[in-house]
Amino acid sequence: MPRINSPAELEAFRNNLVSQRDPNKTCITLCSGSACHASGSREVAARFQEEIQQQGLAGQVEFRRTGCHGFCERGPIVVIHPDEICYFQIKPEDVPEILSETIKEKKIIDRLLYEDPATNEKIIRESEIPFYKHQGRIVFGSNGSIDPKNIDDYIAIGGYSALARALLGMSPEQVLGEVKKANLRGRGGGGFPAGVKWEGSRNAPGDIKYVIVNADEGDPGAYMDRSLLEGNPHSVLEGLTIGAYAVGAHEGYIYVRQEYPLAVENVNVAIRQAEEYGFLGHNILGSGFDFVVKVHRGAGAFVCGESTALMTALEGRAGEPRPKYIRSNVVGLWGRPSVLNNVETWANVPLIINNGADWFTQFGTDGSKGTKIFSLVGKITNTGLVEVPMGTPLKDIIFKIGGGIPNGKKFKAVQTGGPSGGCLPDELLDLPVGFDELTQAGSMMGSGGMIIMDEDTCMVDVARYFLEFLTDESCGKCVPCREGMRQMLKLLTNITKGKGKDGDIELLEQLAETLVEASLCALGRSAPNPFLSTLKYFRDEYEAHIKEKRCPALSCKELIAFYIDPEKCKACTVCARKCPSEAIIGGKNLIHIIDQEKCTKCGTCFEVCPPRYRAVRKISGEPVPPPIPEEARTIVKERKQK
Amino acid sequence: MEKDRVDQIIDEHNADPSHLIQVLLDIQVENKWLPREALERVAERLEVPMTRIQHIATFYKAFSLVPKGQHQIHVCMGTACHVRGASRVLDKVQDLTGIRPGETDMDLKFSLETVNCLGCCALGPVVEIDGKAHGKMAPAQTAEVLKNYD
Repeated sequence: MPRINSPAELEAFRNNLVSQRDPNKTCITLCSGSACHASGSREVAARFQEEIQQQGLAGQVEFRRTGCHGFCERGPIVVIHPDEICYFQIKPEDVPEILSETIKEKKIIDRLLYEDPATNEKIIRESEIPFYKHQGRIVFGSNGSIDPKNIDDYIAIGGYSALARALLGMSPEQVLGEVKKANLRGRGGGGFPAGVKWEGSRNAPGDIKYVIVNADEGDPGAYMDRSLLEGNPHSVLEGLTIGAYAVGAHEGYIYVRQEYPLAVENVNVAIRQAEEYGFLGHNILGSGFDFVVKVHRGAGAFVCGESTALMTALEGRAGEPRPKYIRSNVVGLWGRPSVLNNVETWANVPLIINNGADWFTQFGTDGSKGTKIFSLVGKITNTGLVEVPMGTPLKDIIFKIGGGIPNGKKFKAVQTGGPSGGCLPDELLDLPVGFDELTQAGSMMGSGGMIIMDEDTCMVDVARYFLEFLTDESCGKCVPCREGMRQMLKLLTNITKGKGKDGDIELLEQLAETLVEASLCALGRSAPNPFLSTLKYFRDEYEAHIKEKRCPALSCKELIAFYIDPEKCKACTVCARKCPSEAIIGGKNLIHIIDQEKCTKCGTCFEVCPPRYRAVRKISGEPVPPPIPEEARTIVKERKQK
Repeated sequence: MEKDRVDQIIDEHNADPSHLIQVLLDIQVENKWLPREALERVAERLEVPMTRIQHIATFYKAFSLVPKGQHQIHVCMGTACHVRGASRVLDKVQDLTGIRPGETDMDLKFSLETVNCLGCCALGPVVEIDGKAHGKMAPAQTAEVLKNYD
């Protein structure tokens, strides 16, 4: 492939690519993101490649493995273009039929279509499915149509035109001005305006500056950055290069978790291809601007998502943060000005340069512009990645897009912002999502994890869970974080075990205050948020645990017991057979009893008891009723009357 | 691990001390753990003190200073898996294997780790064994899945 040396050459190359591609040619795309790999998309891909040959379709159809489509609940996903026929949960054995029926005969296969649970209607086209219909996908939109390992796919949809425009049509100041005007705020957690950060670096003294992609996505339950980097790595590279030009940097780094092997692979392929085409390296697009990018794999430390810790890790040391009297955009990596933004932030940059700040600011609220990708997970019907304009109410995301809570359960809370965020109750479901709105409500935007909790989730346990996570991840450098969290965790663990005492809540509040005031970095400063927000909105649950030794959500193992209701038990023996601890005594026609001494409270009996009986109950805060007398246990079956 | 192979990895990174973490990662990925001899060689060639290598090897989760079992079990404890009952699945895995997170059994068959999010939340709770994800796990299913790795 020859180098592209000017914007005109890029346009000619693009036009040529587009003219060679017949928009009416059948193209089968298969989601090949990490989440779909886990549900078997590799096997499906192999089968497609084999069957296309066998059915003599080679040349007539194109088969493309794309990035994540976002609807992970229903993966692996196949979309057949140009008709946009969308099939879900594809298994290798479905492949021959898709080819022989849909491709050859133009027949729709009903059983593979999406069925709207509300109307039971089958939906054919991707864009009509409620999960997609209510989203606004500007950053994530191309993920499902391009092959991340093929730069031509990205160029064909207009890729690298923003880079050409910035490098040859705009001065660095103009680029900076546009990003500032767009009020692009960092998508990684803090929501700091990217343009202001860039300007600080640009104006900082020194010739050598760095730009860095933070792909150390550590929040549990958040995987949008991985999906972007896996599915559309060139958009991140293009944004990074534009940023480098604005800041005056000639070297960039991508710090990506080694737990994301596919992202590491795809971004390395993308860098190699961009170098070949002349979008990276020396004299990019003939502009005279030089820029190289290196990939650094993170070895697994949550704190490395923090800017100064990440830069320390990049230098080859243990990633501990440092005090930020001087910000890292002035003194950062190797003591030089360094701009760090996360994957999603960089991916927004080409859009802003191409369409202008005015276009970008039409989406969103006063303080938060553009869109945000959320990973909607937990007790939600449609798990997946959703991109919505800032300002969309929480309830639209959870109910219109997410399809609500499964199994007829009641919504309890939504947790945003990862371990540093908070839990918001149903009273706040009308809250529009935005940086300031979420912070005011006691939570935060964070990187965009949105974990839905239903009535079975114990909020004290959620607070304990996040503190356990952070205690484990604290680097240990400063005392308030290291010791304060340990004490908070101890208290919360005691409460969930029924050992809570009067005064524990007040002590927790004091510790929280110290952490917020005195910790070195954002990890410690925000660590009390899950506790403080659950206390604010669910104080009654804390009190029930402490005063009544009762877990209202029936979730804390030490505070519950399983009990078989003798009125409802039909002695079907299912639970007795499945119980891994052999704690259920009973037999055919003999009402079952749980031996509380042997029971490990794994909940298997509760899950396997046939729904028509529902005889197994969870009990909390009251003694387990004594087993019924032996003579009453035999069930005498009534004869069916004809 | 062969000394030559360690040298080869170091050479791929031009013995650059700022690549220390990358060198250790390559050794870890290939060898599944970091033997003392390999670390000594890295210290010598990259000219970094052993204390710094120890600091890094114990700071980051990816590294192990003890040998690992034949099968690596990762139980996802991410938030989505947690609210769907991952801790009950973990209890069961501990029961069945007799080891706790971070441990390896005596016959080097299983190593058990908890991980913070595997990013396949739609499948939660997830148990990953040797890189293969087992989704929608319930305690009762765990024994059956583990049986396949005997």
